[in-house]
This record gives sequence, C-alpha cells and structure tokens, in this order.
Amino acid sequence: MPLPTGDVIGILADNLRLRRSVLPLSAKVATKWTEGLGLRHGGDTMLYTGMMYQLIPYIEGLVKAEIKFGDSWLAKYTGLGRKVNRVVNISAFMARPSAAERAVYDQVPINVVHLLRKAGVEFGALFEDDLYSGALAYDLGADEVLLEHARRVHAVFRKRGVKTVITIDPHTTTMLRSVYPKILEGYDIEVRSYLEVLAEKGMAPSMMLSGDVAIHDSCVFARYEGIVDEPRELLAAAGVTIRDPENTGRQTWCCGGPVESLYPAKAAANAEKRVAQLRAAAPDAVTMCPMCFVNLSSAAGDTMRFKDISQYLREAYAS
Amino acid sequence: MTALVNPGLAEELERSDEFNADACMNCGVCSAICPMGVDVQPRKLFRYVLLGMEDRVKAEVEPVFSCLLCKMCEENCPSGVHIAENVRTLRHHIVRTVFGIGRG
Ligand code: SF4
Ligand code: SF4
Repeated sequence: MPLPTGDVIGILADNLRLRRSVLPLSAKVATKWTEGLGLRHGGDTMLYTGMMYQLIPYIEGLVKAEIKFGDSWLAKYTGLGRKVNRVVNISAFMARPSAAERAVYDQVPINVVHLLRKAGVEFGALFEDDLYSGALAYDLGADEVLLEHARRVHAVFRKRGVKTVITIDPHTTTMLRSVYPKILEGYDIEVRSYLEVLAEKGMAPSMMLSGDVAIHDSCVFARYEGIVDEPRELLAAAGVTIRDPENTGRQTWCCGGPVESLYPAKAAANAEKRVAQLRAAAPDAVTMCPMCFVNLSSAAGDTMRFKDISQYLREAYAS
Repeated sequence: MTALVNPGLAEELERSDEFNADACMNCGVCSAICPMGVDVQPRKLFRYVLLGMEDRVKAEVEPVFSCLLCKMCEENCPSGVHIAENVRTLRHHIVRTVFGIGRG
C-alpha cells in the first residue's frame, strides 16, 4: 500500500515549500547556537549549518512518535495527515525535544566556530538566513520542490555577497557542492567542509588525546565527496588511535538514517548491524554526521559511546 | 502475467544525464552487498525500466524508497552504473506519477 509513503513525502515536501524546512524550526531555535559567540553578520566567507544539527533532535522526536504508531506513522492519518499539515504544522507538534537534547546538537557548530578561529580562518554567519539545504527533497526525488528551495538558498548567497561557505555536516556539503551546481544557473559558490579547512591548516594540538576510537565514516563524506583522510589526519595528529571497523573508508556501512523518516524499523535494524561492527573495533566511536550520530547512538543504547568528531577536535586543538 | 508496457519509460527516465541503467550486466554484486538487503533493486528494477514495465516499477515503491542512497553498491559495481542516481530518478518518476507531488 503506497499511500503512507506518499503522504510522508508529501508532508515533508509541503513543509519545505511552505515553511522553508522539512520540519520548521523557529528562528530562535535555529540560531540559538550563535548566542554569545560574537559572530560577524555578513562577509564573503560563511560558516553554514544548513540547519542540520539543529533539526536532528526534532526529527528524532518525530521518529520516536512514528515508532509508537507503527512503521509508518501516517498509516493512522493517510490522506488526512497531509491536508492537516498544510494548515497546522503537525510534524512540529509531534516532535518537541528538551532543551538538554537540543544543546547536545547545538554544541557541534559551537565547536566548529572555536576550531576555525583557532586555525585563523575569518568567517561570518547567516543567522536566520542559514537555510536547510533541501537534502531530503533531493533524496526523495522531489526535484521540483528541491529546485524551488535551492533557488531561495542561492538568492540569499547572492544578496549577502557570499563567495565561500564552510559546511559542517556531509549532507549540506554534498548538496551545496555537488548538487546545486547541476541544478542552478550561475551558481559558483566555493564549498568546503570544516574538516578539509582544518586539515589543510595543519594546526598543532594544544592538548594531546589518547585512547582507541572506532571511526564511522559517513557514506556521503566518503563515497560522494571523497572525504576519508582529513578526519583521520586530524584525529591521529591529536594522539587518538583510530580503529577501523570491518567496513570502513570508501567501503563504510551506512547508519540507516536516510530511510528513517519512511521506514524507521528498517533503519534501526541496519544501525544495529553497524553498531556491532563498531563495537568490535573499540568501545568509543566517532561520527561526522548528526544523522549517523543519532541513529547509531540510539541503536547502541549504553553498550558503547559515540561522540561527534568536533568534540574530539575541540578538546585537542581549541581547548 | 500481463504487464503494462511503456516503451518510453526508459527514455522518460533518461532526463537525468546520469541515468544509465542499460549499463547494468545483471551480475548481482549490488544486491549481494546492499546493507538494506534491497534485492529487487537495482538489478530487477533496472530490467523493468529497460523493458518499459511501468506498472512493475510503480509496484516497487517500498524497495525504491528503502534504498539509503549510500552508494555501497555503486562503489563495487563492475560496470560503473550510477545506481544511486538511477534510484533517485525512479523516485522522481514515482513521486510525480503515483504521489502527485511536484506537478504543476
Ligand atoms: S553491480 Fe552493477 S552491473 Fe552488477 S547487477 Fe548491480 S548495477 Fe548491474
Ligand atoms: S545505495 Fe541503495 S541499493 Fe545501493 S547499497 Fe545502498 S541501500 Fe542498497
């Protein structure tokens, strides 16, 4: 029965079209991480979050609600869900993370700010104009919805005179770097992941770390963007002993996150397989994507610990 | 069994310059290593596309949307099939023709 799949996609597409994000966040929530950092407004180089880290706790809340309802939460609503969503934002209503949960994810862009400053990089932020990249619309094949959204992002870059963006997560990186140039005319923004920027700077750590850490490569970083060596170089120079799981680097095993909004049970089963591989390598693991982090850490429960790579790097290079 | 055949389906899907399902030689490597165990695709699905069996493609909504677009298959495909992009192209087709999203 294809209806629920279509409805979930429809709701996500409606949100992107009407509310500029798959799950609309208030400007206050989306920009909370910038508070107290004294970030410059404007300039030609921008740190760009694509709202990914801010969105994940909301998506997680949504997925928890889905699991309660069964493998497809809109089975309860079918066609009705989408009609209601046009008027009332039911997805945000269903997903309300606590301030503590949000703070875990907001910490990542904060870490990146400190790391880039330490590396001597000059940059500003777009605050409420730092829009979602449209990655989910792209993945779901909703190309018309994506195009409309990508044009909005491009218009912001033009209006604000942005020439270079420094991204954090892999999905925003690949959208802005590899997808937008194919669909937008005259798009010539230079896009670099902060891991590439930091690796190129060759900074010396101010504090040496120790211990074994299993590395989980993001499929998008490793196979779409060829980012495999940079995280390893940065961690190794900081004294971390990297343990590669059975599937690693370009042969990494996906966390299951991309199908979470449609088939949460399947996503969870896949995450458990990956957790077993990582656990066999070391009890601590490092991720580079908020989707990997949330999927793998919830599949692992308290059997192992996950940390975003920015936590290790900030401790070593910018503490 | 009869199948609704749309000989133009492969052509319609070729709107993406990366759609190259016809490069698939049916070796089965992709299905064997797929983390989601998506075994109907890309192999059989691509066959359906090549044969223009539109109703069969549309009946495969769940496998088409279960794909992670993780490119594990693509990394190991001996024929250089752009599997993830092909899956995305099939999704676009289904999203428009079955779910009615993005039209007009
Ligand atoms: S691995 Fe490539 S050639 Fe082999 S069946 Fe899959 S798509 Fe076809
Ligand atoms: S891209 Fe899709 S079909 Fe290929 S290995 Fe990943 S989940 Fe399986």
